[in-house]
Amino acid sequence: MADRTAAAPKARTKSIKRYNKYGYIFLIPFAAAFIIFQLIPLVQTVYNSFFENYKSGLKMIGPNFIGLDNYKTLFASGDFLIYFKNTMIMWVMGFIPQMAVALLLAAWFTDVSLRLKGQRFFKTVIYMPNLIMASAFALLFFTLFSDNGPVNSFMIQLGLISKPYQFLAHIGSTRWLIAFMNFLMWFGNTTILLMAGMMGIDTSLFEAAEVDGATSTQIFWRITMPLLRPITVYVLITSLIGGLQMFDVPQILTDGSGDPMRSSMTLIMYLNKHLYSKNYGMAGALSVILLIITGILSLIVFKFTASKQVES
Amino acid sequence: MKEKKSNSPSVKVRRVIAYIVLILLTFICLVWFYILFINTTRSNGELNKGFTAIPSTFFMKNMHNLFHGPTPVIQGMLNSLIIAVSSAVLSTYFSTMTAYAIHAYEFKGKKAIFTFILAIMMIPTQVTALGFIHLVNSIHLNDTFWPLILPSIAAPATFFYMKQYMDSNLPSSLLEAARIDGAKELHIFNTIVLPLMKPALAVQAIFTFVASWNNYFTPNLILDSKMKQTLPILLAGLRRADWKTFDMGQVYAMIAFAIFPVIIVYLLLSKYIVGGVTAGGVKE
Repeated sequence: MADRTAAAPKARTKSIKRYNKYGYIFLIPFAAAFIIFQLIPLVQTVYNSFFENYKSGLKMIGPNFIGLDNYKTLFASGDFLIYFKNTMIMWVMGFIPQMAVALLLAAWFTDVSLRLKGQRFFKTVIYMPNLIMASAFALLFFTLFSDNGPVNSFMIQLGLISKPYQFLAHIGSTRWLIAFMNFLMWFGNTTILLMAGMMGIDTSLFEAAEVDGATSTQIFWRITMPLLRPITVYVLITSLIGGLQMFDVPQILTDGSGDPMRSSMTLIMYLNKHLYSKNYGMAGALSVILLIITGILSLIVFKFTASKQVES
Repeated sequence: MKEKKSNSPSVKVRRVIAYIVLILLTFICLVWFYILFINTTRSNGELNKGFTAIPSTFFMKNMHNLFHGPTPVIQGMLNSLIIAVSSAVLSTYFSTMTAYAIHAYEFKGKKAIFTFILAIMMIPTQVTALGFIHLVNSIHLNDTFWPLILPSIAAPATFFYMKQYMDSNLPSSLLEAARIDGAKELHIFNTIVLPLMKPALAVQAIFTFVASWNNYFTPNLILDSKMKQTLPILLAGLRRADWKTFDMGQVYAMIAFAIFPVIIVYLLLSKYIVGGVTAGGVKE
């Protein structure tokens, strides 16, 4: 940046300077909206986490300052850890197939020797679930996988089972359904991101490897994967941040109960529950912990995006 | 040599495997929407009899029942539309303006501001929801659309996309020329910069619209009265209802009503959408 200013003719620098106050003026709407709707709520959230403030029957208790007691309660009850574990389990169950399929598809789409036809059609199809309203998608799955829904009646007609399988009454099948929906909604997006990364790799590397007699499997693991590391880490961390926000799908699928036996209750569902019942102290403590976790993860993402961007 | 290589048996086998996997994935992406479509055309009685892959004739009847049922779906769709369109317009306009401020001017603290916006880009809105509800209640905006529309003025992700687009598509010489003409800065932004940003504006408007349209968490905490609720909240309400007494044809009609318009719009605009996914992310 310094170089460019120094290199520019003096007259031009001067003429730019006259207008520079507009830089600040144009930032005002963004800054105002950010301060009012994000920064103040953030401070308020942190502040709330130090107070006893909840609804008991019809009257509100507090706010009374209690220091870190909300945090102690949050961890002592064990609920937080259970819901954190649920969230992570369902995220991993969806993310592993998502990443595996996306890597495979991206490698195929970018492989010149394969010359796959209909790429645009396939990309359009696999990206589509990403734009579907998650709550509608979850309600659809709820009806399709209900006890007398089409999936059960189809399996009975085929003779695979004799009586309906209660998908939402078992821990495993409930979690798999949620993970499967997350997979469906995100593998297309990941494929497209990874493709962009793969297309950025210098093709002469592949050609050289081919001349040296490397197989396509070798090329994938020895050349593509190492060079793709930055973007896979980016996908991993952004997906993890997204996973921690998992809400719509399990909320609608289980009607906010997180059943069976709270095994599909996620952290944000827990937060939503506290917010709804006006348990503000606990909601505050939970928010702050989530903020710290996502903050740390964001820093990692930020390292990728910012390091190059700010320099230029 | 390349030609020979691409027709070798091993490549052919890999190509066949690739097509099989792609067709399978296409199937598991689309089958749910196909069943949804079929079931929207069937009556409650037919639906209770079991699954079939052939459409029936009750589509119009189900839609009629849905529109005249107790759930205000048309109002819900209008509410969703108002909020999503307003958010998309405000978000793209003001975030582009912010990107322009950073792109076109030199001022103190510019780098720090840019870094800061990138740093907050990934922070989810849910973690500040508690303070947000407090704020909305204290300024008496609860149960209105404003708290769902106005925050989109500050959209770090849109900002970042626009900034990247400007870096490669908006030469400063052009702005210099406009200034010599004596145009005011805001005028330059509105009449010269914005038209040049059209492709990027379209992409970001679509993404903001979809995000707002699909949003369930925040509207659910803000909107209380039935006539103000958006589609996702109405769908969640449907989930809570007693299913034994329900006309399933109507349930499928409602889900179809929420999903199919988005699919149609997506198919029309997919070229821009799929292309726009990567542009905002990291480029390696």
